[in-house]
Amino acid sequence: MALGVMLLVGTRKGAFLVESGLERAVWSIRGPLCEGWPVFDVSYDRSVGAILAGTGSPWFGPAVWRSTDLGATWTHSSAGLAYGDDGPRLTRVWNVTAAGGTVYAGVEPAGLFRSADGGQTWEHVAGLRAHPSTPDWQPGNGGLICHTIIADPTDPRHLWVGISAVGVFETRDSGATWATRNRGVRADFLPDPHPEFGQCVHKVAMAAGEPATLYQQNHCGVYRSDDGAATWTEITGQLPSDFGFPIAAHPRDPATAWVVPLNGADKGRFVPQGRPAVWRTRDRGRSWSRLARGLPEHDAYLAVLREAMAVDELEPAGVYIGTSTGQLFGSADEGDTWAPIAEHLPPIASVDAVVVER
Amino acid sequence: MAEVLLPRSLVALFPGTPRRLAVEAASVLQLVDALDRTVPGLADRLLTSGPAIREHINVFVDGELAGLDTPLGPESTVHIIPAVSGGAGG
Repeated sequence: MALGVMLLVGTRKGAFLVESGLERAVWSIRGPLCEGWPVFDVSYDRSVGAILAGTGSPWFGPAVWRSTDLGATWTHSSAGLAYGDDGPRLTRVWNVTAAGGTVYAGVEPAGLFRSADGGQTWEHVAGLRAHPSTPDWQPGNGGLICHTIIADPTDPRHLWVGISAVGVFETRDSGATWATRNRGVRADFLPDPHPEFGQCVHKVAMAAGEPATLYQQNHCGVYRSDDGAATWTEITGQLPSDFGFPIAAHPRDPATAWVVPLNGADKGRFVPQGRPAVWRTRDRGRSWSRLARGLPEHDAYLAVLREAMAVDELEPAGVYIGTSTGQLFGSADEGDTWAPIAEHLPPIASVDAVVVER
Repeated sequence: MAEVLLPRSLVALFPGTPRRLAVEAASVLQLVDALDRTVPGLADRLLTSGPAIREHINVFVDGELAGLDTPLGPESTVHIIPAVSGGAGG
């Protein structure tokens, strides 16, 4: 047994596990896993050492897949993962997040479930869909989906979720009641560009060691909150576009985050000029640096989706992006230089990075 | 007892499950319930809320497209087949 890096990759045709030693230079690929089901998120439950995959089969419906032996064997369950016979039909699991001994699942149509047994049985967190705004929720291009779940590491009752195209919600009572948290975020596609809800949040990441500092990539800009999402300040700054999907935070430095801007919501949604780049801030979004060394230099009309950027916990931190065209790129120096890891995977929906004994 | 034939992609989710089983049931819904008792979790893969047969799952009873309330006789043959309209895209 030795420590290594494992990338958990969700694709349109199954999950893949991509592994290397701590040098992060030579990678091997295992997969496709999860019987080739579309996988929207693969994450790691550190408390029990389980890999969890959020999926939705067009034939067999939604399920959370689980492996407690680093992907050698899998089980799957959707026990309790339903809105009841009179409720809407649950189609896909978009996010699986383990925190504080609980596993959460964000689903389509948008809602939140939790599991007290590591993802084997599920309970609806009904308070979210009981919010008075629910009848007016509108889907984004990916559907009406709960795709982001963030737990406060200092208070297990305190959570944020992101729903497209509704916005950010916060609970302080374990999901019993929720409040919208979109003040300062634009919704340029609505008659009132500053509504209480209706913003198209794409991804939110929490700053290391600062639970009140949140970074958000939205359909309409990049934002930072210094007050736990009560208010947001736009930090799009000199980024080439206000449109992109993922945002990732540094594992130790709360001032560092990465985004992957695309050319625009109505311009094809690929990287500007076909030249992929990751952009990094070291100062909480006051300035951004373009990082592209080692990425394709031209004619690469690819995108990186909301869940498809990850950061490992090593020093320096590794950064990973998976593309909608099946390439996986990695940087072992916080984004300064990049190299391809895999070039011919199915379209990639999600990437997570964990350091494990293997 | 009715005979039911399960698709490869379904039994692959439940290792050890045979493709062909004999089941005591008077309707398709009873058959799915009986299958779920033998293979816990299987009903979730075939049915959605309602309950209703999932959109891209076809059930045939003696060669005819069936619903959950379609009756079964002791000699019925039930085919459960993923529809070609499903799939993960290109």
